[in-house]
Amino acid sequence: MKHTISVLVENKFGVLARIAGLFSARGFNISSLAVGETEDPTVSRMTIVVKGDDKTLEQIKKQLNKLVDIIKVVDFKEGSFLDRELMLIKVAVTPKTRKEVLEAVESAGGRIENAGSKSISVEVMGDQTKMKALLELLRPFGIMEVVRTGRVAMSTDDKGLRVEGKPEVNE
Amino acid sequence: MKMTGAQILIESLKKEGVDVIFGYPGGQVLPIFDKLYDAPIKFILTRHEQGAAHAADGYARATGKTGVCLATSGPGATNLVTGIATAYMDSVPMVAITGQVKTHLIGNDAFQEADITGITRPITKHNYLVEDVNDLARIIKEAFHIASTGRPGPVLVDIPSDIQQKETEFVYPDKVDIRGYNPTYEGHPGQIKRAAKAITESKRPILYVGGGTISSEASEEVRELATKCEIPVTTTLLGLGAFPQDHPLSLGMLGMHGTAYANHSIMESDLIIAVGARFDDRVTGKLDEFAPHAKVIHIDIDPASVSKTVEVDIPIVGDARAILKQLNRAVKKPDTKDWLKKVEDWKKRHPLQYKDDDKVRPQYILQEICKATRGEAIITTEVGQNQMWAAQFYTFTMPRTMISSGGLGTMGYGFPAAIGAQIGKPKSIVFDIAGDGSIQMNIQELATAVINKLPVKVAILNNCYLGMVRQWQELFYKKRYSYTCLGGITPDFVKLAESYGAVGIRVTKKEEVRPAIDKAISTDNCVFIDFHIEKEENVFPMVPAGEAINRMIDGLA
Repeated sequence: MKHTISVLVENKFGVLARIAGLFSARGFNISSLAVGETEDPTVSRMTIVVKGDDKTLEQIKKQLNKLVDIIKVVDFKEGSFLDRELMLIKVAVTPKTRKEVLEAVESAGGRIENAGSKSISVEVMGDQTKMKALLELLRPFGIMEVVRTGRVAMSTDDKGLRVEGKPEVNE
Repeated sequence: MKMTGAQILIESLKKEGVDVIFGYPGGQVLPIFDKLYDAPIKFILTRHEQGAAHAADGYARATGKTGVCLATSGPGATNLVTGIATAYMDSVPMVAITGQVKTHLIGNDAFQEADITGITRPITKHNYLVEDVNDLARIIKEAFHIASTGRPGPVLVDIPSDIQQKETEFVYPDKVDIRGYNPTYEGHPGQIKRAAKAITESKRPILYVGGGTISSEASEEVRELATKCEIPVTTTLLGLGAFPQDHPLSLGMLGMHGTAYANHSIMESDLIIAVGARFDDRVTGKLDEFAPHAKVIHIDIDPASVSKTVEVDIPIVGDARAILKQLNRAVKKPDTKDWLKKVEDWKKRHPLQYKDDDKVRPQYILQEICKATRGEAIITTEVGQNQMWAAQFYTFTMPRTMISSGGLGTMGYGFPAAIGAQIGKPKSIVFDIAGDGSIQMNIQELATAVINKLPVKVAILNNCYLGMVRQWQELFYKKRYSYTCLGGITPDFVKLAESYGAVGIRVTKKEEVRPAIDKAISTDNCVFIDFHIEKEENVFPMVPAGEAINRMIDGLA
């Protein structure tokens, strides 16, 4: 089972290595990881997608919380959050398949970023269902390259994920 | 006042109340050593950095204070690694300070450069590379805070030599503010109430007590709970001494080489009250079959230890001492009369025993050391058979008297740890229980003991084998003693001790055992006693790896 967790960390060097090291040392699997600065420049936010049962996930959260540079760990539950990923796909085309590929990309909500004579580069942004649907549609034509940013996620409740002691919402 | 980084370090250590540092000099710590030369801090020069780390660890375990070790960059730092990992596995408060190459050289594969923060990331509670001398005082303050609070552990501070020389204003912060680090101390009142109810309703309760009890100074509270509710107590290796073993409720140690009665008791119990113990694999044996009838209360300061291996019914995260105080107020005595009768019966039927004939048996030696020191000595151990015989046959009655590498199982730990313990507790008799294999892993510390006039006693249980591995080969590998025989090349330990200015005594007959121990105790010098023990003596009882812990092999059965 895949879980999406959000982690607020000190924006310092070495923090990513601590987290990556923890996952490999304890045998936890990372499916994807995306990092970036937050609205507070001293804090970075990581979205980590991990594979494991509930017990494993519980251990992952506890072990992450033990790291001194980690400020907060939040586990997103099904339905209560928004997740997005950006993917670039290079798909092979021939004069014969060209039209079909363009239609497939359009129907699945992708965007043509570059159209050459032998390949088409497509950008798609969205949740996991959308990514999967487009990949399945394009697979028969011959996928040459796939690049993904990793998932980012945010809860859809009315609170912001903040460092303790700071106001929850800017008003 | 402006000071150099090296001065700031010394001043900060003074503010933290550090009175002794164990270490070894080198190129990238020259500025620090220059300041140490006339600082009011005792410096113990070990003969190997690993010895320094273990000595700081032994000092910390014997006193409860944070141990400090210091080494240079590169090989100095990597030589600390085993000592740091040992302290990490056993939750020992330690601050390790290392020199590093100058900041502009970092990453260049400079002479004696090692990425020690990278190397020690998984074996420290936290670590720092100091990049700006203005951060140094704060980092030292944080390092001591992190090392000694919550679940204690080692913290490493890596200081490039140019940072040691740079000047800045020295301001030592009064408090720390680390937003990602807030250990929980207070137990949840609702959980404590539930635990009290579960104890009161239990019929076959058992206290399972670990090293966390000793680090939180909760021995008195454990004793109160045990005696008030009449609950038998078993301890882990690191928990030895947390509950007096001469008490009728004591079951001794449990697990792979635990007493049969402790193992039977926990397997048959209906309620385990775990205090500062982490259900490690040497304790639980086969996990699926561990204590099948028991509900589990787990008191621990580390939330990650709860339900890590054994599912816990009532977790209480916080300081064991604070929680037990509240629990003791809330709990009502369960009826354990029948249970204690059963436990007593196991004790009678399966006592710890050995063949007490006229041979030099290691178990007999441990019993005699215990008698000669009235059970009041600080015992350190190496790892293997010596460690298990010490755990089984010395009667521990006080916390901080059993100092052993439990988690990492580090051979070569006991002797330097004994040196650290002796410095922390100058009035105590300190005995390292060693094997002829382990003692050779840090034997160079003889010089440290002799020069510092530390009357550490080392009981070498010399069987010319790596005994525990040999035992496994005997039992599970058809006696194919692959590279476990040290026979032909074991040194003359008496001469070896004498060559360093220590005292050496050889014992080859049973009647010489006690006089040798008495002589060692009355000698105001480091003493090696070379006990030539039965070569193929085994540690029993023993639970084979992967078996349930009530399926023990007993050598005499």
